Amino acid sequence: MTTKNTEQTPDGMRGFFVRLGRLDRRWIFLAMGLSIAVPILLKLRFPEVPGPMARATFDSIESLPDGSRVLLSFDFDPASKAELQPMANALVHHCASKGHKIVFMALWPLGKQMADQAIKEVLLEYHGDKYEYGTDYVQLGFKAGNEGVIKVLTTNVAEAYPTDASGAAASGLPLIADVRDLGSFDLVSTVSAGYPGAKEWVQYGRESMKPEARLTSGSTGVQASQLFPYYPAQLNGLLVAVKGAAEYETLVTEKYPVDRNSERLEQGRIRMGPQLVAHLLMIALIVLGNIAMIASRGTQGGAR
Amino acid sequence: MNDTNRDGSSRGGPNDAGAQPAKRPNTLLWVALAVFGIVGLSLNAFMRPEGMAKRFAVVTTVERVLVEETVPAAVEESPAAVAADPKSTQDPDPRRKWVAPEDAGLAAGTLRRVDGVEPIRWETRESVKASEAELLRSEIKPGGPVRIESSPIDSLGIWVAALLTLFILSFVYRDNPFYKVAESILIGVSAAYWMVVGFWSTIVPQLLGALAPGFVREYAMPSLPASATPGLDAALAFVPLLLGFMLLWRLAPKGGWISVWPIAFVIGTTAGIRLVGAIEADLMRQLVAAMKPLVVFEEGVAASGEAIRMFDFWGSVGSVVGVVGDLSVLTYFFFSVEHKGAVGKTARVGIWFLMISFGSAFGLTVMGRITLLLQRFEFLFTDWLNI
Repeated sequence: MTTKNTEQTPDGMRGFFVRLGRLDRRWIFLAMGLSIAVPILLKLRFPEVPGPMARATFDSIESLPDGSRVLLSFDFDPASKAELQPMANALVHHCASKGHKIVFMALWPLGKQMADQAIKEVLLEYHGDKYEYGTDYVQLGFKAGNEGVIKVLTTNVAEAYPTDASGAAASGLPLIADVRDLGSFDLVSTVSAGYPGAKEWVQYGRESMKPEARLTSGSTGVQASQLFPYYPAQLNGLLVAVKGAAEYETLVTEKYPVDRNSERLEQGRIRMGPQLVAHLLMIALIVLGNIAMIASRGTQGGAR
Repeated sequence: MNDTNRDGSSRGGPNDAGAQPAKRPNTLLWVALAVFGIVGLSLNAFMRPEGMAKRFAVVTTVERVLVEETVPAAVEESPAAVAADPKSTQDPDPRRKWVAPEDAGLAAGTLRRVDGVEPIRWETRESVKASEAELLRSEIKPGGPVRIESSPIDSLGIWVAALLTLFILSFVYRDNPFYKVAESILIGVSAAYWMVVGFWSTIVPQLLGALAPGFVREYAMPSLPASATPGLDAALAFVPLLLGFMLLWRLAPKGGWISVWPIAFVIGTTAGIRLVGAIEADLMRQLVAAMKPLVVFEEGVAASGEAIRMFDFWGSVGSVVGVVGDLSVLTYFFFSVEHKGAVGKTARVGIWFLMISFGSAFGLTVMGRITLLLQRFEFLFTDWLNI
């Protein structure tokens, strides 16, 4: 961290900050890596206090009568799995704990695989004894067409999905045999990583739902700022990134704890430990960087 | 131990692809770190019994036998059961079906095996970690349909994924051939994947399925639903087929203008579809949401049980901030009036609101990126290193 042109570097504290400003950026990358790796290895956990948006999502599902018909759209793929799978798992556990009838679908090609994982690791793991395929849950799978699929769902679900994901006729599945359009669902929830996703559900699906029906979304941090204006009028609940997942997990598992493999419903909270340390490091670096910039004013190569 | 130029910028960093390697003391430090990491990994791989990337497979042998009902069914078979077991739809005789050998119906005598038909067997495999396999071993009966075996192919997959992850992460040190290999693989696989998805989710079911449904059902997609109007579907499918060929005409040496027509069609229909949604959800509903009282009261219940209205201080602050933000940002984007005087000051307030919203969006993006990184670290630590 010493510099070749030490003759231009002031002494004392100012000199320290000037040299800090010239720090090789790879040390910062290393520090960031360690700030994430060490908390993972130490399994650092911090308490989560649920915010209003996570509470609104929880209340939207909680206030439905037991056994309501809900549509869960998995609009993401493995690239966003780190942020969205935790909230998807908590969502499925919450719906199943309330005994809701769940219809899974996906607007993203790999969304079906993400839903399959939630079905296997959560629905069948914790609620397999009371959930039977066809009558309690159905996997419709992926349908190509982006927002076009939503538009078709608003008028005719059978046209968009004449069969389920395995090719069985939808008319033979009691849960969806009488479903006509989106108005047949009491809640639609999308776990969304971008286009097509939450924005399209608001734009094309919201108006076709029953007035008392709820529309909620979980979203990645990147697209969340596009969705904030829709809350709470057009989106009844919104989970933002892994922080939203952690808050929602807290609410769900406090009310509906599980007796085994509980870490499957704690992924959001587990990931918030390293997040916190990394954020603290980033704030410290921003402060130090600004001090270094101010200290380097007037020196050769420094800020002016 | 620095890589800084005289202007304070870094040399040999991720953005300096063509820079000379820095042969200075900090290079030694980085090499020492790399050697430390490699030695640690080697020790982990060879000294610990769990090893690295060790995977096992839970193999389940599934057997089905063809049975028929010994008495006429009193009730129709549950459609859910038919849907859940694809094999059950294979036999055209509704009194025959494929069931597990231990099916209760066989024991009760309501079902009997069909003579001369061999059972069908297949295996399902589920990849599990060494620790999970150890737990499962105690639950598995020897000689039963479930067994656990080492799975070198899954271990190889973990190694490939781990090395590609490290190749990508190596870019933070410097652009290098390993990073380029991983990047090229990612782009190539993604392009190929999207082509296959597009072919099987759009062209086969929606175009070929409409033009030649029998052929598609026979050779490509048995689950293709039957249409009530196959003739009309086939006729309509010629429209996208023609537009598709016109679009590809762009690759021809002459007549590139032909491709402009399908592009115009796509843009026109997309604009038409999106316009309605945008006006309804993003303009009208947002206008309604913005028109709210500046002074907010909330309903409450007094100790006497009487309904009362209470002043909501923070709700009122939120309303005022929202209205001020809306108006000042709109003023900033209103360019018909010069931004001087009161208009200029309002626009400056609008800039502050914009900056705060951009900062919020940036913070959320950073949180998302950190989550991606920590998920890769989790993979490296748990799946690869078995820590």
